[in-house]
Amino acid sequence: MTPLLSVSDLRVGFGRNPQANEVVRGVSFDLADGETLAIVGESGSGKSVTALSINRLIDFGGGRITGGAIKLKLADGSLFDLMTASEPQLTGIRGAEIGMIFQEPMTSLNPVLTIGRQIEESFQLHRGLTGRQATAAARDALDRVRIPDAARRLKYTPNQLSGGMLQRVMIAIALACNPRLLIADEPTTALDVTVQAQIMALLAELKRETGMSMIFITHDIGLVAGIADKVMVMQNGQAVEQGELNQILDNPQHPYTQHLLHAVPHFANGSATRSDGRRDKGASTEPALKVDGLVVRFPLKSSFFSRATGAVHAVDGVDFDLMPGETLAIVGESGSGKSTTARAVLGLVRSTRGSFSVGVRKASAEQSALPVQMVFQNPYASLNPRLSIESILAEPVIATGGRVKAETRARMVSLLERVGLPKNSLERYPHEFSGGQRQRLCIARALMLNPSVVVLDEAVSALDVSVQAKVLELLVDLQREFGLAYLFISHDMAVVERIAHRIAVIYAGQIVEIGDATSVLSKPKHSYTKKLIAAVPTIDRRHEHFELDTRQVPSLVRPQGFEPAPARWEQFGPDHRARAEA
Amino acid sequence: MRILRAIFGHGSGRIGGIIVGVYLLVAILGMLGLTPHNPITQYRVDRLHAPNGAYWMGTDLFGRDVASRLMAGVGQSFTVAFFSVAFATLAGTVLGLAAAWLGRRWDGVLMRIMDVLLAFPAILLALLIVTVAGPGTWTSVVAIGIVYTPIFTRVVRGPALSLKAREFVDAARTFGSSSSYIVTRHLLLNLVAPLTVQVTLALAWALLTEAGLSFLGLGTQPPAASLGLMLSDSRNLMETAPWLMIFPGLAIMISILGFNLLGDALRDILDPRMRRAPA
Repeated sequence: MTPLLSVSDLRVGFGRNPQANEVVRGVSFDLADGETLAIVGESGSGKSVTALSINRLIDFGGGRITGGAIKLKLADGSLFDLMTASEPQLTGIRGAEIGMIFQEPMTSLNPVLTIGRQIEESFQLHRGLTGRQATAAARDALDRVRIPDAARRLKYTPNQLSGGMLQRVMIAIALACNPRLLIADEPTTALDVTVQAQIMALLAELKRETGMSMIFITHDIGLVAGIADKVMVMQNGQAVEQGELNQILDNPQHPYTQHLLHAVPHFANGSATRSDGRRDKGASTEPALKVDGLVVRFPLKSSFFSRATGAVHAVDGVDFDLMPGETLAIVGESGSGKSTTARAVLGLVRSTRGSFSVGVRKASAEQSALPVQMVFQNPYASLNPRLSIESILAEPVIATGGRVKAETRARMVSLLERVGLPKNSLERYPHEFSGGQRQRLCIARALMLNPSVVVLDEAVSALDVSVQAKVLELLVDLQREFGLAYLFISHDMAVVERIAHRIAVIYAGQIVEIGDATSVLSKPKHSYTKKLIAAVPTIDRRHEHFELDTRQVPSLVRPQGFEPAPARWEQFGPDHRARAEA
Repeated sequence: MRILRAIFGHGSGRIGGIIVGVYLLVAILGMLGLTPHNPITQYRVDRLHAPNGAYWMGTDLFGRDVASRLMAGVGQSFTVAFFSVAFATLAGTVLGLAAAWLGRRWDGVLMRIMDVLLAFPAILLALLIVTVAGPGTWTSVVAIGIVYTPIFTRVVRGPALSLKAREFVDAARTFGSSSSYIVTRHLLLNLVAPLTVQVTLALAWALLTEAGLSFLGLGTQPPAASLGLMLSDSRNLMETAPWLMIFPGLAIMISILGFNLLGDALRDILDPRMRRAPA
């Protein structure tokens, strides 16, 4: 039987001389009817370019297919050559035969049109439906992607829907004409992990219902287990390994595949958590950072002159302490208040109430002027592009009233060397460094003032898995060497598993569970923690049936003067407690 | 040096650069008095000569050499344009940074004042200021400077607001950098590119406004030469001595073309999004 899609020796180049600038170098695969192929790789591996070449959208992105063949089997069994097709022919294929969903649902939809209008457009284009017929079709499409209350939601504009809902709308549009092939390009990367689980479940169910084939592109090999039949691992524009799902997951041959699989979390037994520096040994030491009853509220005003009518309770009574040499990970989804907590600790947002105390480091003779420092999420935005690395590293010293002396320069050089950057970095500018190198620079900058606490706000989230692993290793080494305490803010459980000694789970501005990492990950007690951990993709669960959950995060907007009820805690073991649920 | 090479590698930048370069040379010669004749000496016997070998662009009603007056006029107009744009850049940058950095009420009040200034057509506002302060070279500089300040304020405030929210500014706050350090190193340094483009374009508008003011008799005062004044003097002689109008008119037109071409080129060169040439 001929496959639905057959790609052989695909080569794609960019620029004026595409032959010399090949990004995809000889990729071949076949996709049968109803089959799902997962393409896994890091940024720049050519996985998206491969997918965009299939429906020839790559032509609009400045790319040129320089060689190979792409053949699609049409409904009548004839083969359609996508390589030589003309643009009008391709327009008929896109949408009707090949649907596509993208990474960012927020930017893939037109913000000024209602979602109903945007779904109808697809029906108008490919099926010639108009007026009521189109509206009815759009409503059915929304029903199909399990959006509750579809008739009313048709009149919403994109800003009124959450990211997960918008991605469902995108799926509805992509599936409007029952395409036989769906290309999903990192469809869940921009979403929270629990929403990701829902979208994955939806895709799996839709695939079952319609029998379509799918190409699923992702950087997270953990996601692959639940959806794919076949896996292709890409690196530097080449498929380094491809085969059946079980074969790849159980018996990876290529070292790169093994490396990717190694980064996937294994919570069940808690064996992957760190075993160094348990807090029970020296219980009498002063905490490096103690946060007590932290509250951050943002008043809401309906107009410039009126009084505040309520407040957004971003952080509502958070307490924790952090020992020297320890990592406390604060995990939660977007909007949970985890970043606000970090920013409040550094004074970047004003806390409404609560106190911090920063412990004095006895061992160090040289007391730092600012004991808490921070590393930010986006390595591209946290370094001023117009300053040399020397000026960037000198800034903390200048800011605290110091002079840049020979010994300051010596410290810069030694720190750069310590974080693994070349010696000649001082005269260079941020754009000359890769994302991982920039994050190393940010770490060096944070260490310039010899801090005792470093706040890492999603510090490795923007990095590829292999780079991430190296930066995490560096962080662990630095922690041991300087006795640093880390407050590690993250949404990524896989990363948390590898760096945290203790974990605090934060939900709607409050800590719902806190305790040592092994205990929290392997024996979660609070329902939200359980849900969060269950949503994390792991390779242990294959083709699992996800259940759909359309509950939204509760609103954090409270009326003026509202105070939450004091928390009741239940203790589970020496260092593990969870908030009692009503 | 790198930027000069980039300008000359850019199609319209090359033309604009050459035009502006030639004008600068002419302006310097005009200001130094290195003109073929004295621009204010009246050669009574040679009144209203058409262009010839001795008077390249002819003579005017008083027998003054048009070519020499043109050179002096270009010098005069460029002086006014440069100083007024310098004024506007300085004032606009300071106000724009203040509005963006201080925020809240400061931002509201400053930007509303700028909105009021922007509501007037440029030439009308300049006229108003000059009428109140009395005509003259330096009052034109101040008037034109004030007219273009709101544009610079806006050009600075927008990007400054977005830079202020960038993580490197947050990072600077975590090590306790002073406001002045953040504003100069993190904001201003990143605003150099948009400001350079704006300065080039504003020079063209300022030249035009100066010519307008002089044309109306409120800018440069006779017998000193300026392009606008020369145009104004030529009005009644348009048919008998068209060269009186053609040369200063062309001079204004070409200079503005030059600055606009140069500004467009700089915008392309300095904007990182435009740097990648389409394949």
